[in-house]
Amino acid sequence: MQFDQILQYTLSGLSTGAIYALIGIGFSIIYNATGIINFAQGEFVMLGGLLTLSCLELLQLPLWAAIPCSVAVATVVGVLFERLAIRPLRQPTPINLVIITIGGSILIRGLAMLVWGKDTHAIPPFSGDDPIAIGGATILPQHLWILAITLIIIVVNKIYFYHTISGKAMRACSYNRRAAGLVGIDVKRMVLFSFIISSAMGAIAGIIVAPLTMTAYDVGVMLGLKGFCAAIIGGMSSGISTVVGGLILGVLESLGAGLISSGYKDAIAFIILLLLLFIRPQGLFGKADSERV
Amino acid sequence: MLEVSGITQIFGGVTALDSVSFAVHKGDITGVIGPNGAGKTTLFNIITGIYRQTAGTVTLEGNDITGLPPEKLARRAMVRTFQNIELFGGMTVHENVMVGMHTKSRSGLLACSLKMPWSISEERRIREGALQWLAFTGISDLADHAAGGLPFGKGRLLEIARALAVEPRIILMDEPAAGLNSQETLALSLLIKRIRDLGITVVLVEHDMELVMDICDRIVVLNLGRKLAEGTPREIQENPEVISAYLGDDD
Repeated sequence: MQFDQILQYTLSGLSTGAIYALIGIGFSIIYNATGIINFAQGEFVMLGGLLTLSCLELLQLPLWAAIPCSVAVATVVGVLFERLAIRPLRQPTPINLVIITIGGSILIRGLAMLVWGKDTHAIPPFSGDDPIAIGGATILPQHLWILAITLIIIVVNKIYFYHTISGKAMRACSYNRRAAGLVGIDVKRMVLFSFIISSAMGAIAGIIVAPLTMTAYDVGVMLGLKGFCAAIIGGMSSGISTVVGGLILGVLESLGAGLISSGYKDAIAFIILLLLLFIRPQGLFGKADSERV
Repeated sequence: MLEVSGITQIFGGVTALDSVSFAVHKGDITGVIGPNGAGKTTLFNIITGIYRQTAGTVTLEGNDITGLPPEKLARRAMVRTFQNIELFGGMTVHENVMVGMHTKSRSGLLACSLKMPWSISEERRIREGALQWLAFTGISDLADHAAGGLPFGKGRLLEIARALAVEPRIILMDEPAAGLNSQETLALSLLIKRIRDLGITVVLVEHDMELVMDICDRIVVLNLGRKLAEGTPREIQENPEVISAYLGDDD
């Protein structure tokens, strides 16, 4: 096996992995604030891509304006989802909430199918598609965009959670919701805010990946599950371990598809997911029973 | 300051509290005592909005606060601590107290999410304010430790520091001396007096009679869900009904 080939697979795996990491962090943020696994997370990824498409083609906005617009709209959908589906729940048991998020995801996907149809759509890359040679491998400018934007989002997240008082309050909710209420933190507002951050991050992930992989009303299912897998590898942390989880997943998937058979691409992610859930449900890096943020 | 009137709590046919009324005066340390099962913690949970009572009202500084959730009470300057310490385990001691100052944070979520510079400089201000509360409770040296790994006594001090960071006018403590050794209990009684000296009204549920008699200005005695007596420590110690409730009837 040539080194160049492995390098090529690794590089493209890293950028797909970055997308998984972003989606995974979205899962973790909501999980930490609320204890819910939000299975609608993937739909925000889909919305990001398709809304950008509409902004570009229907509204004729330039790309730099289309991106914030579609992130904003996806975030509004996230807020509505929390307000209309999560908050009114009388008995917010985990199983009820999980079923609601699955239902929400089916609903959002169905509406998207009505709006955008069943076709696959393409978004133009942010800055051309002239390949860049690295060693014996080549990458596209879009790969660099993905890595750079992911990096920025992770840094911003870190600053928010560790260096602002509102971020600390959100972490406090994840450790002890009762005590958080006691010191005056409005836990419900924090839950809403976790949905805002997660849906915005999901939408961004969907936008930056769309030029590479195309987008359609149903891309959220697979991307959502891969992101969930990244979050599980990272032990539902909203920090670096989920990022590493996403990158590991992306690279393994890409190497597996390239070196074994592309038919196994998705199977690899789910084999990893199942193995982890059986052997190390606390995540690859977590101590058993550890607190997570 | 704080007034409870006619508090009744019925849990599935069992009357845990039967029309309990008393008033807490501003600047006092008030102790709520009583044998096990007297309803002390239930009463606390009602005052602090964790349980909803069957009947009765709670008034704080003239405002009806009956049934307000804990986060609203914190904004009205009333906080509590728990018998089983409730901390933010994965955060540092310092961060725990900073979160306590959350309600004093001026920049809202939007400013924080947009990374406005003032929200980071405010974080710095809060960081320093939190250090003062750590110093007040005597756990400054533990600032960078994880709260989850603290020994019990220190955890209790941290919980008090975090509660004080909310800048309450009244603090309710549920068995603050539970699980503490005699030396820690002594330090705690001094700390509670210093809290009172800050002008903060203190209400505590406590089993340690020595502590209660030493620091309380007024005492309310509950027995079997009813108020048995109310008065100064001296009056309570001499009250025959209280003595018989604690020691059992002679005949």
